[in-house]
Amino acid sequence: MIDIALNLIVVLVTIGVVMVTVLLHVAYLTYFERKILGWMQDRMGPMEVGYHGLLQPIADGLKLFFKEDIVPAQANKIIFTLAPILVLVPALIGFAVIPFGRDSIHIFGLTFRPYVTDINIGILYILAFASIGAYGVLWGGWASNNKYSLLGGLRSAAQVISYELSLGLAIVGVLLMAGSLSLVKITEAQGGGLLHWFILPQFVAFVIYLISAIAETNRLPFDLPEAESELVAGFFTEYSGMRFAFFFLAEYANMILVSCIATILFLGGWHAPFEALGFIPPVLWFVVKVYFFLFFYIWIRGTLPRLRYDQLMMFGWKVMIPLALANILVTSAVLYFVRV
Amino acid sequence: MTTVLFSYFAGVIVLMAVLVVASRKPVNSALSLLVMFFHVAGLFVLLNAEFIAAVQIIVYAGAILVLYLFVVMLLNLRAEESYHKQYLVGLVVGLAILIEAVLILSRSGFADRALPAAAPAPDVLSGNTEGIGRALYTTYLFPFEVASLILLVAMIGAIILAKKGMFGKEEKRSLR
Repeated sequence: MIDIALNLIVVLVTIGVVMVTVLLHVAYLTYFERKILGWMQDRMGPMEVGYHGLLQPIADGLKLFFKEDIVPAQANKIIFTLAPILVLVPALIGFAVIPFGRDSIHIFGLTFRPYVTDINIGILYILAFASIGAYGVLWGGWASNNKYSLLGGLRSAAQVISYELSLGLAIVGVLLMAGSLSLVKITEAQGGGLLHWFILPQFVAFVIYLISAIAETNRLPFDLPEAESELVAGFFTEYSGMRFAFFFLAEYANMILVSCIATILFLGGWHAPFEALGFIPPVLWFVVKVYFFLFFYIWIRGTLPRLRYDQLMMFGWKVMIPLALANILVTSAVLYFVRV
Repeated sequence: MTTVLFSYFAGVIVLMAVLVVASRKPVNSALSLLVMFFHVAGLFVLLNAEFIAAVQIIVYAGAILVLYLFVVMLLNLRAEESYHKQYLVGLVVGLAILIEAVLILSRSGFADRALPAAAPAPDVLSGNTEGIGRALYTTYLFPFEVASLILLVAMIGAIILAKKGMFGKEEKRSLR
């Protein structure tokens, strides 16, 4: 009985630490993005609140918290309320299987592992919940009873379905090489320095994954569901206050999640690039790699213009998916002959 | 514990399945169906089939239901249009099926026999993904390949339907 209680405490504490850390990073990612965009566009970014605007995310959060919560008169209230939750929960729940580091921490005889759980279908679990996120967007757009919102929601659904395919197919190459669906085992399969990372043999898959991940998270240049200039912010036009904040948090949490997955699948997770640099804690390596991807995201946003809708679909179905399939074919053929 | 969880999942599945056909708004039906898919996945987890549980959500909830919802929202079906006064026919057919089900269940001796034990938990190290792969490519290789052929036929059929008028005479006629 005491064992069960202690286990429960360990699990709950791990979940708490992971959630708080992720939400803090989500809040400061907005700051990070505004600062980098400001730097790229030769302006200062947020400067007013705190030293160099460091307290800006907290001010933003408080503002959203105190805003009036408006539900449109013609909206479907239940689904309108449900949609933001349905977007945020899948975005956060994926972090349960991410291994953030190597070493477990021992306090008072309890072992705290660097991940919430290691299930044998880790990557499929994340993909399954990622596909649920599309429902929140679709329903949010529909329940608002606004044609721009509906169009935004429909666009998002079409985009997510299309790019989910190439995302999943890009991952298959890595899975073939690692021989496991567990993210912990995939990380462990890449030990031993830079040359063992899957980015080298799976470079095509890496590029496909990066592009599909940007499309999956509805970020520029694939942000057609919320295109300000044509759809007035798309599916969340009618949302305000905390409900709006939920959509916002989900978008940034998803960015961090796909960056974490990219780090684990292609950049060796918490492994150091050279054995000599092993003295730096693995968690730090993980964070550095994740921030590299996040920077890349913002860099892309600051550089590329938005795609047109037909270009997006054409690119997804006629370029990405055939490339990903070819990658699987080549990878499995090579692996077959190498391992026989 | 397993029995409690099973009862919960089974109960919600039945309730949601009824709601799918009973609710007046198509969008609410889709919502019920989504909840049902999740609980079916829960049943698979209870049976130590995590791989099938994940695939269940990815395929049914992630792809098929989104397409349904897409159509429902695009066509903007109204509540009245979805029912066509078929209560009488439905009642007769439903009764017939119910009687058949009761007959089959009462004669099969299903109730007397002890339930087969749940599949033994697969080796944690190898996982059940490998098990499914091995079964598909050895014991069930032929049915697996037949299924993929059928899916290929369906794909080609869909393309032909969608591109109607782009091959042969019809196109020329439409051009004139």
